[in-house]
Amino acid sequence: MAEDKETTKGRYRALAFVKGESLAKEKDREVSKDEVHTWPYLVRVEFLAAIIMTIILMVWAITLDAPLEDPSDPTLTPNPAKAPWYFLGLQEMLVYFDPWIAGVIYPSFIVIGLMVIPYVDVNPKGNGYYTLKERKFAILTFCFGFHVLWILLIIVGVFMRGPGWIWFWPWETWDAHRVVAETNYDLTHFIGVDSKSFLGSVIGGSVVVLYYFVTLTIPYLFLKLIGSQTLEKLGIVRYAIVALLFWTMMTLPIKMFLKLVFHMKYIWVTPWFNI
Amino acid sequence: MGNKKEKGSILKILRLIREHGVVNVVKDMTLNSQVWRSFFRHGLEDTPKTRMETIINNSFLHLHPAKVKRHAPLFRFTWCMGGITFFLFLVLTITGVFLMFYYHPNVRDAYWDMKGLEYHVPFGTLLRNLHRWGAHLMVIAVWFHMFRVFMTGSYKPPREFNWVIGVVLLVMTLLLSFTGYLLPWDQLGFWAVTVGTNMARATPLLGHEGPFGNLLGMTAYNDIRFALLGGSLVGGNALLRAYIWHCIGLPMIVSTFLIVHFWRIRKDGGISGKL
Repeated sequence: MAEDKETTKGRYRALAFVKGESLAKEKDREVSKDEVHTWPYLVRVEFLAAIIMTIILMVWAITLDAPLEDPSDPTLTPNPAKAPWYFLGLQEMLVYFDPWIAGVIYPSFIVIGLMVIPYVDVNPKGNGYYTLKERKFAILTFCFGFHVLWILLIIVGVFMRGPGWIWFWPWETWDAHRVVAETNYDLTHFIGVDSKSFLGSVIGGSVVVLYYFVTLTIPYLFLKLIGSQTLEKLGIVRYAIVALLFWTMMTLPIKMFLKLVFHMKYIWVTPWFNI
Repeated sequence: MGNKKEKGSILKILRLIREHGVVNVVKDMTLNSQVWRSFFRHGLEDTPKTRMETIINNSFLHLHPAKVKRHAPLFRFTWCMGGITFFLFLVLTITGVFLMFYYHPNVRDAYWDMKGLEYHVPFGTLLRNLHRWGAHLMVIAVWFHMFRVFMTGSYKPPREFNWVIGVVLLVMTLLLSFTGYLLPWDQLGFWAVTVGTNMARATPLLGHEGPFGNLLGMTAYNDIRFALLGGSLVGGNALLRAYIWHCIGLPMIVSTFLIVHFWRIRKDGGISGKL
């Protein structure tokens, strides 16, 4: 068909109908060992996922109405006033830290900490497959931060906190008049020093500085001593970043422990800020 | 197939119908018509070539490469979470545009527009429910996506930068959800945003209640919270700012980062796999 070629120059065209088995079909899964065609193998999965999501969302939206409370009234503060659920981990941290840490410093550290992960994780293993054995520290640290410190605190914030941000179990009714008698102490009170005094401030500050000094240097020296390959690969800058982020993250469970067990409010009191 | 005289004539068509049947001829003529071929640059035969062309020649599908790694369509590898997040983003964009038709971002109308959706707009409640629950689902899907990418180590070189983009998108998703929370102008949104933005007061240096804030001359009328709210309280200006960030500002930023995010997947060697 020379004529047809002229009219459809540069385009492919079915020239004849040939009955029989197609050359492709499922068999081309075996054509390449590592790859499959996006159409249809990936696109159909995406299509299916979109349909399933649509069904889930539709059922959810039909059966459950979005909340709409009374018109906003700046003079009528609800008790408790809760942030959106995905920020309740941060609001829960307010029990243990002042707003500038719980609401500003920690969120910044979380975002920055997440961003630096690929640059401080020098372990080339576990790229593209699941493994716990080959990257234990990375996975355990991430899961502790994500599941325990983030998700669990959100669950606490959503379900366990009632009026006055007091702990209520889900089966308890919220009693707006319940008062929890609690005396809080600052760290230096335990050794009989007023935390607001100059001496108390110096002691508290020393404890904070010492915490970071010890947690940064001791593991470093230990790893150096046992001739850690990982440390060598990390280098001192990456090590310092990892250690700083890790031990800052650990201040939350430590402070939670101190607050819940020893009723400790502040470790370091200064005229400008409290930690 | 015939001589020059027959070409394009009714006789030729009749002869083809006789030989191949009406369905095949109509199909063939449609697929070879100028209109069809201006839409679709490829045939429908199931061959490897057509499969590749289906992806390459379609503006939406060409986000994908023509071939993907064998494990890419597997649910246990991707959990479909990135795709579902993007799908929910599209759902939210579409339902959001519909909602904008019925919404006035001012203190007088905003709440009653919600009631209007319920009582006057056909399927208005469903529309709002879809948007609200879709937003919650998107936050959850983003978190699952991040968790999966971490567990498969897919942030490792050469994908470090795309992880950073992903963290930005995660933060943007939370901010989108947060700005949307205020728009119904009910007690729930009002106080959630009040609690949330009160944190900004405590920002070190930039908030009037934060450490060293007053040293920089911060007051309730010039600090970072004032910039966020357009005032010292959550009011009409805050509502308008939330609305513009929610409907215009943040979607523009998210779209930009999404483009980079998707583009980088391919530039960084496609979906991750054992190297």
